[in-house]
Amino acid sequence: MIPARTWPLGRAGVHLVLILYTALCLGPVLLVVMNSFKSRAGIFGAPLSLPNAATFDLIGYKTVLGQGAFLRYFGNSLIVTAGSLAAVLLFGAMAAFALSEYRFRANRLLGLFLALGIMVPIRLGTVAILNMMVAARLVNTHLALILIYTAQGLPIAVFILGEFMQGVSKDLKDAGRIDGLSEYTIFFRLVLPLVRPAVATVAVFTMIPIWNDLWFPLIVAPGEATKTVTLGAQVFIGQFVTNWNAVLAALTLAVLPVLVLYLLFSRQLIRGITAGAVK
Amino acid sequence: MGSLALSAIRKSFGAVDVLKGVDLDVAAGEFVVFVGPSGCGKSTLLRIIAGLDEQSAGDVRIDGRLMNGVPPARRGIAMVFQSYALYPHLTVAKNMSLALSQEGVAAADIRRRVETASALLRLDALLDRRPAELSGGQRQRVAIGRAIVRQPSLFLFDEPLSNLDAALRVGTRIEIAKLHRQLGATMVYVTHDQVEAMTLADRIVVMHGGVVEQVGRPLELYARPANLFVAGFIGSPTMNFIGGDAAARASAATIGVRPEHLVVAREGAWTGAVSHAERLGADTMLYVDVPNVDVLGAGMLTTRILGDIDYDVGDRVGLTPQEGKVYRFDGGGNSIAA
Repeated sequence: MIPARTWPLGRAGVHLVLILYTALCLGPVLLVVMNSFKSRAGIFGAPLSLPNAATFDLIGYKTVLGQGAFLRYFGNSLIVTAGSLAAVLLFGAMAAFALSEYRFRANRLLGLFLALGIMVPIRLGTVAILNMMVAARLVNTHLALILIYTAQGLPIAVFILGEFMQGVSKDLKDAGRIDGLSEYTIFFRLVLPLVRPAVATVAVFTMIPIWNDLWFPLIVAPGEATKTVTLGAQVFIGQFVTNWNAVLAALTLAVLPVLVLYLLFSRQLIRGITAGAVK
Repeated sequence: MGSLALSAIRKSFGAVDVLKGVDLDVAAGEFVVFVGPSGCGKSTLLRIIAGLDEQSAGDVRIDGRLMNGVPPARRGIAMVFQSYALYPHLTVAKNMSLALSQEGVAAADIRRRVETASALLRLDALLDRRPAELSGGQRQRVAIGRAIVRQPSLFLFDEPLSNLDAALRVGTRIEIAKLHRQLGATMVYVTHDQVEAMTLADRIVVMHGGVVEQVGRPLELYARPANLFVAGFIGSPTMNFIGGDAAARASAATIGVRPEHLVVAREGAWTGAVSHAERLGADTMLYVDVPNVDVLGAGMLTTRILGDIDYDVGDRVGLTPQEGKVYRFDGGGNSIAA
């Protein structure tokens, strides 16, 4: 059998490619984490080496955590991300349910309209969005960012969740109707638990760009009270002097919440990604 | 308790007419089976009775009450689906009791009803399991149990046996028949399998292309089909239809003879060569090429003989229809009374 003989070699090749890619992805992150534990001299002296007794220094973390504002930035990021995520998932799932479950005249058109958002980058509308936010007096509020990110995340959420919801057995929903469940109960109790892997997938894909975004916080909410972590880390980057210890420490800390959430979602995520592929 | 009346039910999806005016009365306690090929509208009709689809025109009455626009939960019905449609995250007991707790039935009453139903269906040992831990047959029994606990005036079955393998299908079929005797409830059952229809039904409704072709007791349909479609649909293997001279001699456009009503001998009314034989042990099907006879459809006469008769492919045989077992149809396909 030919496939059996070439299999181990092919597998090794695949693994080699995957390992290289993993190294490529993780390298910069490792570099940031490693150097965040080193003194300034350590960072510049040997940027690629692990921290040792001579170079180990927590000065970066001390600077970051010592500056009270940083915790607030963290809080802002959490509020904005959690708020947008909740809105995207709730409204995205509801829209997807309506589009996949109910037959009405503009169904197709509405689905297409919502999918358009996937193709048009929201940043193209920055000026108009800023004007809107100024007019609505929402500049420098969490709500401004939450609204923008909800709009940004909804199209893909509706698209992915809609696909999955179409896969939920029609009989199951009908059984619920015969048992006297309301449409909301059918949605929350029957359909949503069944598309949980898809929800987790959408959650991760939605959450990461929001947490990492620099653009909209810089433009719509740069005020001290609403600064997010990514924007806050920029205070250590000066025009002439950059506090690299602090920048790296801030970035390392900023990775943590996303990492935790990712670990929480990851099992579901993998199921969500493979569900469509295998069936 | 549990009569059903349909009058002039029509349903169109866009320009397609799925149901073209269906009238039917089902008496309380009756077991009625809708049977027909896929796409004949039988499932749509069931969904309209259930209230899951809204008819385009016509009235649905259950126990004499007009049900147009009434949501499914308030129609006094329970439905068993082909795919079981159990709630995957709930235990068997919860699956069965959900509708009752939605209705606000007292907890003690719910427990009693679930116990009664599970005893009836031998589900006691499974009450704490989830649907994923059950076999196909068990799942379908839970689905039936979920219908029973509601004590509906009307049971609706949508091809409940189609997802089961052959052996389980027979077992579950018998169980459903027993259940009907024990509960005495009105049941409406949809299937494309004529064996299920013949074995379960008090009355069969044969549907084709959105209209009811014939309604009658199983043996009535077998003995006196109203038209070509019913004659061909009821009975297995299907009836032989013969046109041309043979039909003209019987003063009909088409005549039909069931495979079991053809006598096989050396010589007969029609002679030909055996082109294929299927031996099932208890009976044997012979497919006979008869070049001089205008057989409609397959072009071969099918005959069914009891026992294992030793005919081989290529053997010449004669076929003669039994006395009084020839069905006659006019040019429009309708039966001519004997």
